[in-house]
Amino acid sequence: MTPETEAELAEMIAGANGPLRISGGGTRSIGYSEGAALSIAKMDGITLYEPGALTIVTKTGTPLAEIEAVLAAENQRLAFEPMDHRALLGTSGAPTIGGMVAANVSGPRRIAVGACRDFALGVRFVDGAGSIVKNGGRVMKNVTGYDLVKLMCGSYGTLGVLTEVSLKVLPDVEAVATLVWNDAGWTASSKIFNRALGSPFEVTGAARLPTSRNEPDEVSKTLIRIEGFEKSVQYRVRELLKLFDDLSPSSVETNAQRNHDLWERIRNVAPLAKRPGNVWRTSVKPSDMNKITGKSEYDHVVDWGGGLIWTLTPEGTDLRSEIGDFSGHCTLIRGSADAPSFQPEPAPLAAISAGLRAKFDPRGILNPGLMS
Amino acid sequence: MEMPAPNAAVLSRKQQIVKRLLTVLSADAVISDIAETRAYECDALTAYRCPPLCAVLPSTTQDVSEVLKICHEMGVPVVPRGSGTSLAGGALPTADCVILGAARMNAVIETNYDDRYVRVQTGRTNLSVTGAVEENDFFYAPDPSSQLACAIAGNIAMNSGGAHCLKYGVTTNNLLGVTMVMMDGTVVDIGGAHLDASGLDILGVICGSEGQLGVVTEATLRILRKPEGARPVLMGYDSSEVAGQVVTDIIKAGILPVAIEFMDRPCIEATEAFAKAGYPMCEALLIVEVEGSEQEIDDQLALIMAIASKHNPVELRQAGDADEAARIWLGRKSAFGAMGQINDYMCLDGTIPVSSLPHVLKRIAEMSEEFGLDVGNVFHAGDGNMHPLILFDANKPGDLELCEEFGAEILKLCVEVGGCLTGEHGVGIEKRDLMHVQYDPADLEAQMAVKDVLDPRWLLNAAKVFPLDASEPRRAA
Repeated sequence: MTPETEAELAEMIAGANGPLRISGGGTRSIGYSEGAALSIAKMDGITLYEPGALTIVTKTGTPLAEIEAVLAAENQRLAFEPMDHRALLGTSGAPTIGGMVAANVSGPRRIAVGACRDFALGVRFVDGAGSIVKNGGRVMKNVTGYDLVKLMCGSYGTLGVLTEVSLKVLPDVEAVATLVWNDAGWTASSKIFNRALGSPFEVTGAARLPTSRNEPDEVSKTLIRIEGFEKSVQYRVRELLKLFDDLSPSSVETNAQRNHDLWERIRNVAPLAKRPGNVWRTSVKPSDMNKITGKSEYDHVVDWGGGLIWTLTPEGTDLRSEIGDFSGHCTLIRGSADAPSFQPEPAPLAAISAGLRAKFDPRGILNPGLMS
Repeated sequence: MEMPAPNAAVLSRKQQIVKRLLTVLSADAVISDIAETRAYECDALTAYRCPPLCAVLPSTTQDVSEVLKICHEMGVPVVPRGSGTSLAGGALPTADCVILGAARMNAVIETNYDDRYVRVQTGRTNLSVTGAVEENDFFYAPDPSSQLACAIAGNIAMNSGGAHCLKYGVTTNNLLGVTMVMMDGTVVDIGGAHLDASGLDILGVICGSEGQLGVVTEATLRILRKPEGARPVLMGYDSSEVAGQVVTDIIKAGILPVAIEFMDRPCIEATEAFAKAGYPMCEALLIVEVEGSEQEIDDQLALIMAIASKHNPVELRQAGDADEAARIWLGRKSAFGAMGQINDYMCLDGTIPVSSLPHVLKRIAEMSEEFGLDVGNVFHAGDGNMHPLILFDANKPGDLELCEEFGAEILKLCVEVGGCLTGEHGVGIEKRDLMHVQYDPADLEAQMAVKDVLDPRWLLNAAKVFPLDASEPRRAA
């Protein structure tokens, strides 16, 4: 099913007599659900773009690349830096805005500016009964009624099918610089992250790439990124070098293209792509990073100053049970294990989630089982 | 504003209810004397008052859980209250309710600078959260005007903003986790010191739910390192159109100021008479503040001044030092007090797309003539969050009603141009009956469905947010 309008979609959902497997561009196939395929890809197009108000409103089937190009023409961008899952998951197709919002996809800059959910201003969606619902709007401050925008963001289509979203956008930056530490261990990396993120210099990326398995000479890189106006970036780099006079970086990357490539590798978890095994995504309190990275010889890509850890394990391995008790969550992004893809929730929270699903999708037909 | 009739059965059982509450709280934490309950009869929307059945002041999450269990079992409505600074009537009691006050839950539970968060009990005031971490040069970013008095509990309930949210976001963008007690007494932990949810973003819908889904007793808040410095520039223009264009040009130039504040002529006149900040008499005044090192501030202000100059300002004044910065902010910070000197006022907070600013200001001026009530505008221009202050005389019969009617028209206009009824104050009772203007029945139904899940008996703050006719079947059930 490929509806072209919201009204058509509403009819299809109301008339559905079995489960629906909802997709945008089909590039973020995380978790598993069965049912008749329903794609939003044909509901596309930008409804409104006001660069001066930092807002864009778009149908959810619009390719992400199209939005990024339109924003770039006005020197603006999606500041939360959404990742492209294609290489990691081995999928093809064009990522859509709908898929991005439904999976709350954010990248390295999340620690500085917020996640996709923080930039989502408004939504329209069709719930599991076929009702068309709107929430939020297109203004940056809005506390009118409950914030269902956040609830929809990251709900993977299980509460409703998104048809339109309003997003806050931000200006692109003039300059980027990255401080690079070669071969810094986990403890040193933690120290680098904490000190840089606790400084007043507005770090917009704090990440670590592992040593290359194919080319061991390519050692691990611990990275701290600064962005802004040229002179400001120069100043902040100088100040950070002073701050790290006892733990000096190996180099400072200021080339725009090389910075772009470096952070794209982090964002898209490139070192773990095209390699066999399970990929797990763990969100923890940054100082708990070593509970995951210190436990095994697995390869990890670390982002968010230690708060986000991507781990490659052998096929079938259940990283979650290996970590044991921890505060945060761990999602199986790719592969299989004798464990649910999404982190099981504590009973009271699980009851709330189940209650909400029963209200928004009373027949249980929207991506059933995907998140549970 | 109409409030539902109190439940007579609950009123008649006051003694039993108080007696039960005294089994879980100490005597000084249960306020049932009629004279003393008057202290809780209203919040900052003082036009509406109603003493509650009683008020309780729990100290811990466990206390709150015990209180809610009793109220749930006895079918008693509960109205949570932070510091009572809501401008929307969010903490207005009903005669049959227990006010659950957060005031005694004000401890700092944990500060963690490596992970950049602080965990507090939610009765703690907004400013004292920053107070707990500023000796290490950190701060909590959301800064509502009432930050000296308002509690984190209320900030979370209303998803409060502030002058600096253009850069730092509002409460929901700075809230990492909560401990919440549900109406049946169940304690639930949502989120934590890590980022984002794995499952549904329940935290996202709790924040801004106006105390209708649960009572948040503890919160994990993101803290940030203080910027090296901040300085404002003041600019005056002959028309709001031009000032609006300046705001757009600054934003399009890639500069993200920490605040862009706007005042119109009536507001400038009032604040000059009151605070004598030395503002120019003009149609539109902007205060733009940027942050960074001295040199970074100079560079950014130079860019902003260049944009401002192109639009023929009547005045352009850059703060050279902290004293001059304080003078520039003086008038803006005194604006509400200055308007209050003239008369009683009602403060609205509809948000509009920035591009609609000139049109909306023009229409407000026309409506001011039609209604015969003066209005001054002071607001956060960067994000379109308006604060029209309508002056009226509370002692003049009919004036409050006229003012409310005028206010409703302004808010309808905000929605008409693509904005919303409230940007940071919340719906409460004040905008409750206007929700139909912004939302269709299906939209409201979806929101009420969330309350059905978290508070199936509709006992928590139930007469707020949703139009009474829309929520009636649920409240009556």
